[in-house]
Amino acid sequence: MIELLAIFGRFALRVLRSFGHSAFFFFDLLRHSPAALRRFSLVVTQIHAIGNLSLLIIVASGTAVGFVLALQLYYALIVYGAAESLGLIVNLSLVRELGPVVAALLFAGRAGTSLTAEIGLMKAGEQLAAMELMAIDPKSRVLAPRFLGGIVAMPILAILFSTVGILGAYIVAVKMIGIDAGNFWSIMQARVDVWRDVGNGIVKSAVFGVICTAVALYQGYETEATPEGVANATTRTVVIASLSVLAMDFILTALMFSTP
Amino acid sequence: MPPGLKSDALIEIDHVTFGYDASRTILNDVSLRFARGKVTAILGGSGCGKTTLLRLIGGVHAPNSGTIVFDGEQVDARNKEQLFRLRRRLGMLFQFGALFTDLSVFDNVAFPLREHSALSEEMIRDIVLMKLNAVGLRGAARLRISEVSGGMARRIALARAIALDPELIMYDEPFAGLDPISMGVAANLIRKLNDTTGSTSLIVSHDVQECFMICDYAYLMSSQGRVVAHGKPAELNASEDPEVRQFIKGEPDGPVRFHYPAPPLEQDLGVKVAA
Repeated sequence: MIELLAIFGRFALRVLRSFGHSAFFFFDLLRHSPAALRRFSLVVTQIHAIGNLSLLIIVASGTAVGFVLALQLYYALIVYGAAESLGLIVNLSLVRELGPVVAALLFAGRAGTSLTAEIGLMKAGEQLAAMELMAIDPKSRVLAPRFLGGIVAMPILAILFSTVGILGAYIVAVKMIGIDAGNFWSIMQARVDVWRDVGNGIVKSAVFGVICTAVALYQGYETEATPEGVANATTRTVVIASLSVLAMDFILTALMFSTP
Repeated sequence: MPPGLKSDALIEIDHVTFGYDASRTILNDVSLRFARGKVTAILGGSGCGKTTLLRLIGGVHAPNSGTIVFDGEQVDARNKEQLFRLRRRLGMLFQFGALFTDLSVFDNVAFPLREHSALSEEMIRDIVLMKLNAVGLRGAARLRISEVSGGMARRIALARAIALDPELIMYDEPFAGLDPISMGVAANLIRKLNDTTGSTSLIVSHDVQECFMICDYAYLMSSQGRVVAHGKPAELNASEDPEVRQFIKGEPDGPVRFHYPAPPLEQDLGVKVAA
């Protein structure tokens, strides 16, 4: 019994220590961010690099989700004679939920793992140590610009995901199924609120950007400097970032859309 | 020493003990002095704590006990401001170069200049080309890091390490993995740079002959993280100490055992040996 308690205690301590450690790392990133903002060209380079990494998969997935969503909703709504609402439901689903969440999951899998591997390999190749010995703080020079780059890139990618998703749904619903184009767009215009629906979706994706980028950078920075260590760190990035995004999505949805 | 008068040693390491964790001591009560303007070598086998010593001087880790003094100022690994001030005065050549693989050769050498100075790009260009010229690689300025050989990478890293004209240059295994020509080039460069810039050089290596060719003084460390001998190369060459002789001559067995501690072979193989 005592043995079991000791094992549980050790596990709890390890988890708490790791939470504390990652919290310190996160606040360190925030502390170094103003300095990175002052060298905005570094941030812009990272927005470009991180955004580019995920662009293709975001556009392809967004279009595919739009296609499927239009088809599935049409089959469901036609039964109730409500196929004219298809545009509205597609739009709300994408800008409120699917856009931010799926884009964040794809971002974690594509740009997040790339960031973790890049930072991990920089550590393994002693590039971070070299920087420190040159009196340059890697958190300020390497991590903070990537952190800010991720936070800015994520909402842009989510907006792009939703946009191509809506266009994909338009192609299926209007061009293939034959729903009236005017109805498809006008119901969106009438019922989608820019601040409440689109705005909250963007806020969500910015929060997901913070989570995914911070997790990716932390895993890369704290990785064991071996090929196996880097491989494990990239896997952890996907798992932890994805689960955190899903958990945070529930909390944010409850906070943002609890009132009708 | 009278106040105001600087010691003839740029770095003084006094009774330093260090281990990454409590179970394993890497450096065991070592004391070393590195004279200004000289090339000093720290020799020893793999894992004897040579690189750790460089990291302690750079303030990457703090010693468990003892002090490290850089130009009269005690190195405090917890004082970031002091550390960064100190690190601007030193350059380090890492074992495998530690070059930034996303930058070109030119940008690698320009990196510390862009970070630490407000020089114009024109001025930075001139300095970078001069540093690359000093290591014989001006013509390689536009190459990517993936396009250069191991020996070239080491020389580019050297150009980067001297970009800000540091007072102390630390070399971590500068000869490891180099062909004989590159090794000779690297050795000559270290000596020449030390003499022309008036800096202090610290070489960590296990290549005895190359180090003895260019160093003014050498320390020999044992695998237990202790200093076993020190002196000028000629003095160490003439030493009768069995451990010094074994290391300098590269003998496989001696005071430093060939076999890692293990139970008798018969016991591991389960063979009974007749008495």
